[in-house]
Order: sequence, then structure tokens, then C-alpha cells
Amino acid sequence: MAMTRKQKRLALIASAGAVLAIAAGLILFALSDKIVFFYTPSDITKQNIAAGSRVRIGGLVENGSVVRDASMNVTFRVTDTETSLTVHYKGLLPDLFREGQGVVAEGVYQGGNDVTADTVLAKHDENYMPKDVADALKKKGVWQGGKSQ
Amino acid sequence: MIVELGHFALIMAFATALIQTILPMWGAIVRDPGLAGMARYSAFVTFALVLIAYLALTMAYIGSDFSVVNVVMNSHSTKPLMYKISGVWSNHEGSMLLWVMILVLFAALVALRGGGMPERLLASVLSVQGAIAGAFLLFILLTSNPFLRLADVPMEGQGLNPILEDPGLAIHPPMLYLGYVGFSVAFSFAVGALVHGRIDAVWARFVRPWTLLAWIFLTLGIAMGSYWAYYELGWGGWWFWDPVENASLMPWLMGTALLHSTIVMEKRDALKVWTILLSILTFSLSLLGTFLVRSGVITSVHSFASDPTRGVFILGILTLFIGGGLSLFAWRAPSLKQGGLFAPVSREGALVVNNLFLATSAVAVLVGTLYPLVLETINGSKISVGAPYFNLTTVPLFVCLLVLIPFGQSLAWKRGDLTGVGQRLLAAFGLALLAMIVTFAMTRGGPVAAPLGLGLGVWLIAGSATDIINRCYRRGSSLSVIFERAFGLPRSAWGTALAHAGMGITVIGISATAWGVESLAVVAKHDPLMVGPYTVSLEQAFKRKGEGYREDVAQFSVMEGASARGLIETSKRIHTGREMPTTEAGIVTYGLGQLYASVNEILPDGRVSIRFYWKPLVTLIWGGALIMALGGAISLADRRVRIALSTKTKRASPSNAEAKA
Repeated sequence: MAMTRKQKRLALIASAGAVLAIAAGLILFALSDKIVFFYTPSDITKQNIAAGSRVRIGGLVENGSVVRDASMNVTFRVTDTETSLTVHYKGLLPDLFREGQGVVAEGVYQGGNDVTADTVLAKHDENYMPKDVADALKKKGVWQGGKSQ
Repeated sequence: MIVELGHFALIMAFATALIQTILPMWGAIVRDPGLAGMARYSAFVTFALVLIAYLALTMAYIGSDFSVVNVVMNSHSTKPLMYKISGVWSNHEGSMLLWVMILVLFAALVALRGGGMPERLLASVLSVQGAIAGAFLLFILLTSNPFLRLADVPMEGQGLNPILEDPGLAIHPPMLYLGYVGFSVAFSFAVGALVHGRIDAVWARFVRPWTLLAWIFLTLGIAMGSYWAYYELGWGGWWFWDPVENASLMPWLMGTALLHSTIVMEKRDALKVWTILLSILTFSLSLLGTFLVRSGVITSVHSFASDPTRGVFILGILTLFIGGGLSLFAWRAPSLKQGGLFAPVSREGALVVNNLFLATSAVAVLVGTLYPLVLETINGSKISVGAPYFNLTTVPLFVCLLVLIPFGQSLAWKRGDLTGVGQRLLAAFGLALLAMIVTFAMTRGGPVAAPLGLGLGVWLIAGSATDIINRCYRRGSSLSVIFERAFGLPRSAWGTALAHAGMGITVIGISATAWGVESLAVVAKHDPLMVGPYTVSLEQAFKRKGEGYREDVAQFSVMEGASARGLIETSKRIHTGREMPTTEAGIVTYGLGQLYASVNEILPDGRVSIRFYWKPLVTLIWGGALIMALGGAISLADRRVRIALSTKTKRASPSNAEAKA
């Protein structure tokens, strides 16, 4: 009746192996399927991103591009000074969303220059620029930097 | 003068931390009781010195000494006293000082309470604590000195970041630090045991209260941070899978595993090597969290001004302790006496399963948190790993774990009787099924996951109740006997039951978010807006001036059917000084749910663009966490009693787990 030492060890290893295999499977599947790539507006047009893919884009909100309507739909253009994309969004914009400031939008690329966003993030305080945006703008040579602390 | 005293005390603390590191360890190795005995005194002295430094900085804040850069950047003479004090840890330098102070506080407490510990173990534990403290003190002194003075003294400070100006946030960092720095004690014990070459049930008995203490604080800290994000950021979410949140969740998951494996080690003298490994890994994840948050490799509201030298320095500390700990483990663990094996169907077998699920969840969170960093380093692609990844990986693991909890809790040590346990849990299972079916029927057409999750929560609560009832109730026992037994149960049994039930309550709260309702609209005065069971309408919108801010306020009346349920107020605030806008969410609690309002903009024509949420049962998320922490505290009370009573007077409880076998 009682299990031998060998059987006990085997049971332990088998259950550990099973849990680890499930976890590894979940992680690999999720990593292949559930991650979102970050692009600048120029990347989107140059890299032939397929319409319908989920993307995260970052850049500056173009001055004078923000249009709101009565039912809380907003469109604005995000630019890296080279190319700009039109972002369509419904909902509340973050407190720190402003024209001429850094922004990150996540949503579905619709082809052409259009993105339908479900999430819009702005910088967190006056010294903070989303890192992805800052890096992208630095590459473009248009980074002005914030006030240095 | 006080500031210089603080600075000097900090330098002295670094020196005494070095003494605390080297002499006791040497003493432990060459078996010189005199040197080993240095451990306790040096731990006390290091603590006293860091405390002086910390108080000096606090004094500078309270006195608004604007000759200190740190005070200028993060305080203002008109701030209330509480925010002057909490301003100390609102910034990188000050929060690192708090981190170290909590670290040396734990070392001093270990020294204070370690009278009964083997001298060599105590010496090596305190030595490791000294080494960690020394490394971080050096980090503060070289890269993050909070005591730097300014040549031109400004008249006024810049004030605290307004979103940090909140009572919840004032206590959130100390709680969190008490949690994850507290795991350093388990790490030091593990290294001590590896150096010492001996681990046994006694070791586990010494480690467990410290792990439990850290776990309680971490649980509270995470819950508090989550509630803060919920009401302060104005997005209505309570968990964002932000890297900083993950940084606190990973040690919690690993620490919860550690908590359970030390029980096996203490009771059954098994899982020894695994427990040592978990102790090292838990604190490693705490250090990793500190690195992620402090180095600026990730951006979030928590990462203050980033400075590459700091990142590299913390990475060095990280490598030293994690690498050192794991190398020592690889070298010494094979020479440790292995623990015994046990039957798979037993309490200890169930705890192994618990450990597997918790540790793998921690790994899943770790992979998701670090993957963007790794990928960017390898090929420059920038990705974001968000909620979809984390939900897909952790939720299935957690569901499996939670389903199994009541079984584990009811199984006996050594040889469990699965059929018997199944029979005992039949009522609990029926109750959970009933709850599931009833809510499913009541919310037909609604989300399916919510009733399932609710059933799971009920299963956990009922499972915990079953365990307690089975220990107290025998057929034919009179009520007074049942009460007597209930009072006679070890506190740890109550603690376990409460903690697991608390988990169940949190699960119910989380599941219920699926029933939440969101209403977005631009409304004019007295326009009715439906939000779940409530109808809200704009009463007035006006401007108001407060202390340190001006705001646009929108006031709504709430009706449920025909009856008025009061007012809800939300505002858009501009903080003077930094000219930074924040949204002040309006939150009203009805029963266990909350109505949540967040104003977007008050338009020139007087209309208001607004977002409303009805979040049924949402308070259970944090309520459950509080109950978990309470369960931990009750278990801890038990531990203290037991240690004080020593092992001879073993409690004769009427029907503890052993008696059931």
C-alpha cells in the first residue's frame, strides 16, 4: 500500500514537471500572441505593418490637430515630425494630454495613416516623457529634453 | 548642523555595517564566540546611526530647511506636517534611506529577539544583514545623498508631487518596504544556514515569524497601493500590471510560497533545500523590484529622475547578493542533509503543490516584466507586455491553486485520506455550486466568468469554515464543548482559515468587476444618466479654490429608482506651483459596491464631460486583503506564544491536524 521512496520521488517530480510544462506553455503562447510592438509614425508607414495588427504608437500630439465631438469621440494626430498618424479614440483623455506634448496610444492599426486607439497615455509629470517616445524622438534628433532636475 | 550630523551618522553607519559584516562572520567560521558576539552590538549601533540620519533628514523637512536640495525639491513650507514627514520618502534619496532604515531595523530586531538562537547562526545572519545594509549605505552615500546642501538658498520649496499628496500614499511606501525588506531576514537566515552547514526544523521555527511579518506588511502595502491607484489616478482600475506593481507582486507570490514551505520544514523536517532556495529567491525578487523601480529602466509614476550611475550601482548590488546567494546555494546545498520524502496525498504534498503554482506564477510575472527589457537589448524592438499576457498566464495557474486550497487545508499530515476530505468538503462544494448557479441565473446574459469566480470565492470561504468546524464539532458534542474546542484551537489554525477566506473574498471582488458598468457622456444640467442601478444627474458645476490648488467641480445627485441616495462630487484640480492637473475622483460606497465618478472637462457652455462607473462588490478586493493580513497577524501571535513557551510545553489542542489522521 505505502509508496516506496522511489515512487514518492517520482510523484513529486511528475507533478512538478506537469505544472512547469503548463506554465511554460502558457507563457510561450502568451508571449507569441499577447504582446504589442511599439512604433513611431514613420515606422508604421515604412515597415508595412499589416492593417488590423495591434500596435502601440508614440510621438508628439500635433498642434491644432485635436478634434472632439459631442459624443466624446476624439481624433488627434501623432507625429514624429516626419510622418503623422491620425488617432481615433472614444473616451476621456488623460489629465496631462496636451497638444505639442508626448503621448502613447495603443490600439488597432487600420491601414493608411489611421489608428483606432483604446488606450491613450500621456506623460506623468512635467519632467517625464514616455521613455519610448523620448528614445524615438532622440533618434529623429528633435528631442528637446525636459527641465533637468 | 543637524543635517551634517545626519550625514556623518550615515557615514559612520556604513563603517559599523562593515564591522557587522566581517567580524561576526569570521567569528562564526573560526568559532570565536567573542567575535561572533559582536554581531548583536554592531547591529544595534548600525540601527541607531541610521535612525539618527533618518531623523536628521526628517527634521530638515519639518523645519523646511531649504538649504538642503532634497527638501527644496520635495517640500514646501506651507505643507501640512504629515506631508512634510512623508515628503522624506516621496523621492529617490529619501526613500532609499527609508529602505535602509527598515533593513537595519529588522537586523536590530533579529538581534534583540535572537537570544535563543545558536550563536553561530545569529552571527552569520546578522553579518549578511550588515552586508546588505553596507552595500545600500554606500549606494546612498555615493549616488543618492539626501544631505546635499545648496549654495544659493531659495526662499521656498517646490512642493510635493501633488498625486503623492495623499494620506494613503503617505503610509503605502513604508508598508511596502517593511514587506519586501523584511524578506531580507529570510535571505540572511538562508545564507547563514548555508555557511553554518545545518538546517533543521529549529531553523524553520526561527525564520517563520519573520517571513510571516514581512508577508503581512507586503500584503497590506500592495492592497494600499492598489486602492491608491484606484481612487487617485482616476482611471477606475485597481491593478494595471504596471512593472512597479509586478515588482511588489513577485516577492509576494514567492514569499507566500516560502511561508508555506517553512511550515512543512518546521512540522515534518522536509523540503529543506527547497525552502532555502525560496528564501534566497524571495529576497532576490525584492532586490530586483528595487532595481526596476529605482534604476529608471522602466518608466512609471514611481521612477523618479533616472540616473544611469544609480542603475549600474544597484545592478552591482543585485548581482552581488543574488549571484552570491545562488552560488553559495549551488556550492553548499548538496552537502546539506536532505529532508525526508513524503506521500503525495498529505498536507505536505498539498503544500508542495501550493509552492509549485505560486513559484511558477511568480516566474510568469517575472518573464512578462523583463521580456520587454531583454527584447529591446537583443534586437531593439520595443514591445509592451500588458494585461492580456499577465491574465492569460497567471489566472489559470491561480484558478488551479485556489480550487485545491480547501483540499490541502483539510488533509492531514503524513498520510491524507482524500476520500474522507472529499466527503467533509461536500457541503462546501454544494454551497459554492449553489452560489454559482444562483448568480448565473440572476445575471443571465451577463459575463460567464463572474459567477464562476464568485463560486470559487465561496468555495474558498466555505472550505476554510469546514476546516474549523471539523476541528471543533463532533457528533453529539454539546455547544459548550464546541466553543471550548474553538477557543482551544491553535491560533495558526484560525489564521490559516482567515487568510484563505480572505483570499476567497478578494476573488469574489475581482470576479464582480465583470459586472461593472461604465457610462461615458457629456451631460447638461439635470440630464439623467443611467449607471447600473443608479441614475445620476448634474446638479451644478463651479470653480473653487482650495489650499494649494484651484479646481473645477462637478456635483451630481444620485437616485436609486425614486429615492435620493445623496451627492457625488468630482473635480479637475490644478495644483499651484507645479501647475499640474489631477483628476479627483468622486467615490461613494453603497453596500459593498462603489459608484465612481471622474470628470474630464467642464465645457464653456456649462455641460460636463464625465465618466461614471458602478462597481459592484469592489470593496471586497481590498477587504479580502485586509482579512488575509489579519489572518497572518493571528498566526504570528501564535508563533510568538510558542517560541516564548519553548518546545517542551507542546500544546494539547483537542483536535489538531495530527489527531485527524
